Amino acid sequence: MFNTIKKFLPILLSLLFVIACGGYDGPQSTFDTHGPVAKEQADLFYLILWAGMVVLVAVELAIIYIYIKYRRKKNSARVPSQTHGNTKLEIMWTILPVIFLAIVSVPVLSAIWTIGTLPKNPDVVVNVHGHQYWFEFKYQDLDVVTANELHIPVGKKILINLYSNNVLHSFWIPKIAGKTDIIPNQGNYMWIQGDDVGMYYGQCAEFCGESHALMRFRVIVDTDEDFRAWISHQKSEAFVPNDPLEKSGYDIFMSSKAGCGGCHMINGSKKAKGKIGPNLTHFGSRQHMAAGILENNQVNLRNWIRNPDMIKPGNIMSGQAAVYMDPNKSLTESEVIALASYLQSLK
Amino acid sequence: MSDETTTGLSHRKLLMWVFLGSDCMFFASLIGTYLIYKGSGVLHPGPADVFDIPTTSVSTFVLLMSSMSMVFAYAYLVRDDIKAFRIWMFSTMIMGSTFLGFQVFEFSEFYFHDDLSPQTNLFGTTFYALTGTHGLHVTIGVIWLGIIFYSSLFRNTVTSKTNLDLDLAALYWHFVDIVWIVIFAVVYLFGTFTGFPSS
Amino acid sequence: MTTIPFKLPFNIKLYRPVSPTGVWGWLTTVDHKKIGVLYGVTAFIMFLTGGIEAMLIRTQLIAPELKIIAPEVYNQLFTMHATTMIFLAIMPLSAAFFNFIIPLQIGARDVAFPRLNAFSYWAFLAGALIMKSSWFLGGSPNAGWFGYAPITSATFNPGNGIDFWIIGLQVLGVASLAASFNFIVTIINMRAPGMTMMRLPLFTWMTFITAILLILAFPVITVALIELMLDRTFDFNFFNTKAGANPILWQHLFWIFGHPEVYILILPAMGIVSEVLPTFSRKPIFGYPAMVLAASFIAFMGWLVWSHHMFTTGLGPIANSVFTLTTMLIAVPTGVKMFNWLGTMWGGDIDFKTPTLFCVGFMSMFLIGGISGVMHSFSASDYQQQDTYFIVAHIHYVLFGGSIFGIFAGIYYWFPKITGRMYDEKLGKLNFWIMFIGQNLTFFPMHWVGMQGMPRRIFTYDSGMGWAFWNGFETIAAYAIAFGVLIFVINMIKSWNGGKKAGDDPWDGRTLEWSIPSPPPVYNFRDIPIVKSLDDFWRTKQNSSNSDTKVKSKTKVTDIHLPQPSYWPLLVAVGLTIAGFGIIYNLLFTGIGIGIMLITVCAWSFEPVNEPDSH
Repeated sequence: MFNTIKKFLPILLSLLFVIACGGYDGPQSTFDTHGPVAKEQADLFYLILWAGMVVLVAVELAIIYIYIKYRRKKNSARVPSQTHGNTKLEIMWTILPVIFLAIVSVPVLSAIWTIGTLPKNPDVVVNVHGHQYWFEFKYQDLDVVTANELHIPVGKKILINLYSNNVLHSFWIPKIAGKTDIIPNQGNYMWIQGDDVGMYYGQCAEFCGESHALMRFRVIVDTDEDFRAWISHQKSEAFVPNDPLEKSGYDIFMSSKAGCGGCHMINGSKKAKGKIGPNLTHFGSRQHMAAGILENNQVNLRNWIRNPDMIKPGNIMSGQAAVYMDPNKSLTESEVIALASYLQSLK
Repeated sequence: MSDETTTGLSHRKLLMWVFLGSDCMFFASLIGTYLIYKGSGVLHPGPADVFDIPTTSVSTFVLLMSSMSMVFAYAYLVRDDIKAFRIWMFSTMIMGSTFLGFQVFEFSEFYFHDDLSPQTNLFGTTFYALTGTHGLHVTIGVIWLGIIFYSSLFRNTVTSKTNLDLDLAALYWHFVDIVWIVIFAVVYLFGTFTGFPSS
Repeated sequence: MTTIPFKLPFNIKLYRPVSPTGVWGWLTTVDHKKIGVLYGVTAFIMFLTGGIEAMLIRTQLIAPELKIIAPEVYNQLFTMHATTMIFLAIMPLSAAFFNFIIPLQIGARDVAFPRLNAFSYWAFLAGALIMKSSWFLGGSPNAGWFGYAPITSATFNPGNGIDFWIIGLQVLGVASLAASFNFIVTIINMRAPGMTMMRLPLFTWMTFITAILLILAFPVITVALIELMLDRTFDFNFFNTKAGANPILWQHLFWIFGHPEVYILILPAMGIVSEVLPTFSRKPIFGYPAMVLAASFIAFMGWLVWSHHMFTTGLGPIANSVFTLTTMLIAVPTGVKMFNWLGTMWGGDIDFKTPTLFCVGFMSMFLIGGISGVMHSFSASDYQQQDTYFIVAHIHYVLFGGSIFGIFAGIYYWFPKITGRMYDEKLGKLNFWIMFIGQNLTFFPMHWVGMQGMPRRIFTYDSGMGWAFWNGFETIAAYAIAFGVLIFVINMIKSWNGGKKAGDDPWDGRTLEWSIPSPPPVYNFRDIPIVKSLDDFWRTKQNSSNSDTKVKSKTKVTDIHLPQPSYWPLLVAVGLTIAGFGIIYNLLFTGIGIGIMLITVCAWSFEPVNEPDSH
């Protein structure tokens, strides 16, 4: 009797443990859906989850029952009946699963086609370019280029085209839609729709190198009005700042010594036309930096400019910019402060 | 391993068949790669630009005839006509080497005359990898036949009783020949005569 | 040691060893039993190294934003952990059993090609050394165990790490192919009289199907690796996106190999479970023909599902639908096997010794892994699961809860046969429970964490994500698994030479290996048995009224001719290793290595048999 309880206890604990595994939802939870694609995917998951639970419990109970009923008593010499099989039973438990799967395949195939069929007239088209280790967003037809924070209007169908000129990446916003991989030379595409205003977390989900773990982004679902305002603001050009500290940062940024303009674009400037790194025209208005891994504030920004490789090992800027490669050209502390001040002024 | 085997087939014969099955998948992957990349990337030089079908047809014919020659060699060995066996064996080796010679000639033409190297484009990469691998298989075959021929000529150890060695070599040789037929059709003929992107 | 000289060209004199002992005996052995032990010990050591790699990974993830392990090293760790466990642990552990047990189960004295068998071990060792030496020679591969292009190209990965990965895998591939050719011919051609295919023990059947899968699947990855190597070493364009290549070619080639590979990993373990359960339930396997049919169907269908690893790569709804359906279908024969194992135990008289416990653990955990597998098969919802810890959970339930538990069942089950001694049953049970509980505590939460959006292959994560608690929990539980493995090692060391003597048939077994002494004599069977049914040994035991009657043996031990030892398999492997290192470092060595291989292979084929009266 005690032995039976001893055997049951682990199972009870396991069940409790399984239940405990359910908890609150984090910022990348696939259960907390805020768009039709993610919802369809979650619904499909729940369908098979319950079916799977039934099978799991049934088989595990069978195992427990077998243990209780058929375990060998001490020194038993019983030779059980040498049953070789039962054709009827075997046919049945082959056919029934097939029938079950055939039934389940209907909602599955339906979901595949819903998610895989692109909207004929998407409201917004965004070309997403994956880089090591950041996301570039180019709004087709709207002439806006930005990085790491994607704004979309609520309740509208967005067509996403996926490009890379380097390695594989994957574009994933769990609360809005499952991922699609970004593959060089193969233009992948997907559609998303955010049904609730708010900010959502995204992350690269295909191993892309040293700092793959640090390649994240945000999606901000705006009201129609806010979205249009954001677009027109993004189109505006940056001013040359008046504030002396910011102005000295501007001068350093545009200088040939620092050479920032060779990789980064600041719309409206003459010397910052680079397209290798993120477009920084409205950098100051972003909430996060370095591809969603740090809050955009002075401290973080200064740390980043000072030594990006400490924050994001393997990043391309540390490996190419003269200020990091050439010890004679490295930035002084006051230059760092000035640059940070300038960049944050770019609202 | 002689003695009774469960199927009656010698272990080595069975091994050769299993190996050839595996080698099929090997060539299938290379041919698959070639087909997937057909028409992609930089299109010139492409198949229609470099292939000389008449010449390659001759070398294909030579390789086919080498298989026939191999059949004769085996038939004579089994009948203990060692002299005839050696003649046909030698002729198989000559024809195999001739095929290889044609391959070398063809590769040099492509490389020096048409500027097609494995590094040039996807066609160069996939073509050289596939036909080069096949050429390597033929080379190994010629060496194997050479060893058997040497054993026969200088040590007199190849007789109808020891025909298994030749049987295995012949199987391998025919396989390599059949693979070439597929390559000739899929790469050379399909590449030049279907008008698939050639310009 | 008496030897017989034979003539090579140029009057070189070399000798074929005769009954050597000691280290030389192990280096020249062609005895399948010794080779099995070599495989088993080497593979287990590799398993421990893979475990250390896992512990380091888990330690880095125990809390958010830790800097215990640098990202570059972390990426090498998860690559090496998976590559080690799959190619250097699970496959060779299975091979250890193929080697030791198959000839015993079919009533043969050895395998069809004993020297090829020895070569496959030495080549495995070479591949293992090449792969693991990367840690000490400037860096290990860092692009994951499936090494997707183009991050494995020379442009994005200029160091040597990927080259080690390529060459290591190629050498391991040669070893696996050699072994599989051997087992296919052995199982087809060396069965005892009366042992038809449908009287084969299920472990032998699973080995046979595994070997067929292997010889057809490995050439595909061989080609993929050759193409990658040509790109990296000679600037070919297979995966050069600038030349127009599509990286998806790598994924297709890899997974056409990769999916059959996972069945190669699980079928042997399933075979072991199909041996242990009937023995300890005192009943035959339930539905033997269905088990054979199910495994064959799984092996066949295994070729038709590969793109379920690529659902998120933009194949389109048609392809995704097809592969969803084929993947769902493959769950059916797997379920049949599960039900048949239940049917075997049902009505039985079950002794829940350590092997049985590992089998039941296998069943309950492979079930969970199988269910999460069906979840992945729905391509639409797989878009959320792909590349997350949900997949990592699935992988470990089927490979650790599945393959490894099955292998442990086999180790405990056949321990008496291999060593002649019993393991410590109390330690065995303790080992099981700690590993079982540890495995579930480590990997079950990963389902949850994955669905909470944690991608895989990330060296750190933020504290606000909701993943910190479970990651910490998983790490502690992982340490518990390590402790369980330690118990196992203690049991093995304690019992190998010091355990209670086992006798021929400690489990009242059903198959032929239990009809001979433990450990078996070098010739295995004095008289080749004549087989009249499935579970023939059980039948003869049940039918003989007087269990003390031993049929008088007709064969004189001195008349039994066994395959003779040889050092050429080892030397060919040495040549292969040199050639391999040459591709990584200096092509001159590749030439030298190939030259050595040509000579040693020729010497192997001309090696004569020693005169019979010389031993």
